[in-house]
Amino acid sequence: MRTLVYLEDHEGELVRGSLGVLAKAAQLDGGVAAVVCGPGVASLAADAGRHGAARVYVADDPALAAPLPQPRVDVLARLVGEQGFDTVLFGASVLTADIAAALAVRLGAGLNWDLVDLERRDGALVGRRPALQDSVYADVGWKGEARLALVRSGTYEPAETGGEAEVVEIPVELEDFSTRAVMVERAHAESEGPSIEDADVIVAGGRGLGKPEGFSLLEDLAKALGGAVAATRAVVDAGWYPYAAQVGQTGKTVAPRLYIACGISGAIQHKVGMQASGTIVAINKDPNAPIFEYADVGVVGDLHQIVPRLTELVKARGA
Amino acid sequence: MKIVVLVKEVPEASARTRIDPVSLRLDRSGTAALNPFDAHALEEALRINEAQGEGEVVAVMMAPASAADSLRKALAIGADRAVHVADDALAGSDLVATARALAKVVEREEPDLVLLGQQGSDSDGAVLWSALADLLRLPVVSQAASLELAGGKATVKRQTEYGYDVIEAPLPCLVAVSDAINDPRYPSLKGIMGAKRKPYEELSVADLGVPVEEVGEDGSRTTVLALADPPSRGESVRIEDDGTAAEKVLAYLGERKLI
Ligand SMILES: Cc1cc2nc3c(=O)[nH]c(=O)nc-3n(C[C@H](O)[C@H](O)[C@H](O)COP(=O)(O)OP(=O)(O)OC[C@H]3O[C@@H](n4cnc5c(N)ncnc54)[C@H](O)[C@@H]3O)c2cc1C
Ligand SMILES: Nc1ncnc2c1ncn2[C@@H]1O[C@H](COP(=O)(O)O)[C@@H](O)[C@H]1O
Repeated sequence: MRTLVYLEDHEGELVRGSLGVLAKAAQLDGGVAAVVCGPGVASLAADAGRHGAARVYVADDPALAAPLPQPRVDVLARLVGEQGFDTVLFGASVLTADIAAALAVRLGAGLNWDLVDLERRDGALVGRRPALQDSVYADVGWKGEARLALVRSGTYEPAETGGEAEVVEIPVELEDFSTRAVMVERAHAESEGPSIEDADVIVAGGRGLGKPEGFSLLEDLAKALGGAVAATRAVVDAGWYPYAAQVGQTGKTVAPRLYIACGISGAIQHKVGMQASGTIVAINKDPNAPIFEYADVGVVGDLHQIVPRLTELVKARGA
Repeated sequence: MKIVVLVKEVPEASARTRIDPVSLRLDRSGTAALNPFDAHALEEALRINEAQGEGEVVAVMMAPASAADSLRKALAIGADRAVHVADDALAGSDLVATARALAKVVEREEPDLVLLGQQGSDSDGAVLWSALADLLRLPVVSQAASLELAGGKATVKRQTEYGYDVIEAPLPCLVAVSDAINDPRYPSLKGIMGAKRKPYEELSVADLGVPVEEVGEDGSRTTVLALADPPSRGESVRIEDDGTAAEKVLAYLGERKLI
């Protein structure tokens, strides 16, 4: 196996998801290589070495400053072609999903996504992919090379090996269409908001609240329980609640003792941010909502009836 | 402006979906529906053209012939025309093979803008746009929470792991919209009646001019090897609300000393 791991960086650091995949890749393939893209990222190569990379390719170019996928596809396609990598691994993110899909086209390669494990079975690479809202687990493989994989966020922990990587600068040549999309404003978290990571109890709301004012029901319950309020991306994107309180793939990862999900369908991208919670209670009027697949207590009903009543009961109990 | 909206058929949300243990493909025999995430892409396209007072919205789907009702629903909601790519040779297409077929349709249509949904509710792939953009050699922006068109450019605000970015791309380009971008309309009775008279084109692989070995099972480089049950997650309790759900939840939490 000749494996390449794409390492994503943010604000001068390699992101955890990438380093986790690097750790796994180093286990599967002794001489794993990694690639970093962006102006001034050479300084990250040492960190990649400490986390298991034997060699780090550095694509240092101002055109790679913004975290946009298309120019990165050009860099990776050329690198994989020239160096003959047979496996390319990514820790899943908004950026890497878009890189991996286009790279699959460029290389005529297979891409398996949302993997929660990778192993070698009789010499072949096999991925484990939960499907249909995680109700079934599929073992997936690849025909031919290269094998491309996106690993679900939070799957592997980074591991310090204390190694040192050989650093190789690579040239950057971009396709004309790759630089047409430009980032005019970069990653800002909008307004300040509450901190939910340390909360012992979280009451979370989604589009089932019906309108932004619906959050006041959750605030009352959270107050009675001494907890914090969280939200799904759907309602954060819609401006109902601050981004700082979002749970999921592109929000926070939380693990409170108790997580009460109200009017949340339970998409995988939400689940990855809260599945480690101690006890999950879900209130949803749709008996087939995916969240019931992983809730400890599934309540089928209207949150507008149940939540205020629950708040009353909790208050009465405390009094 | 001319807008292509890519829509997919998925198993109905209320249906229990499964993977066929023999073919290892999604069992599509149950009731199916238009991917709910794609209704947002269609809505956005309709609003853009309504605001501009002109234009054409073409709904494009690659799916077996049996998916016609789902595509007609896009017409009932408001698309002007439908293109249905249906061919037995497409069965088993993975991401790259699907993108190859759909890219040919987009090339033929030469739209100003291509819109997609944020994900298929069945595949959770959320990757097709990028594969398609690479084949079409066009810029792409995903996860759009808002989209503005002016001066021949699309301006997109979108969320990543670190907050909100604003990205600009010149037209023509591809944009995949988030489910928060709008509230999709439902088809009206008039829309449903009118849909029957709207142009509906069926295309085969040969019509598209894609070599058969590049699509379907033969054109795909991923395989499903085996299926297994998910790891068990312990006992869970189900409460159907009969007016006492709050009491039952409180009792549960109390017993386990969670409050
Ligand atoms: C790359 C990517 C990253 C993403 N990152 C995140 C992330 O970080 N966090 C996140 O949450 N999502 C994320 N998503 C979005 C995710 O896929 C879903 O779209 C989103 O989580 C849905 O939010 P929701 O549950 O609020 O809305 P919906 O899916 O619309 O669900 C609303 C639910 O409310 C129920 N309901 C309605 N009315 C009532 C009522 N009166 N009482 C009880 N229940 C009711 C409905 O039955 C439904 O199940 C991401 C998606 C992508 C593609
Ligand atoms: N077979 C298909 N035909 C047309 N559009 C599709 C098809 N599959 C996916 N799409 C589009 O691509 C988006 C992402 O789908 P996916 O990558 O399957 O999650 C969907 O929301 C649709 O807009």
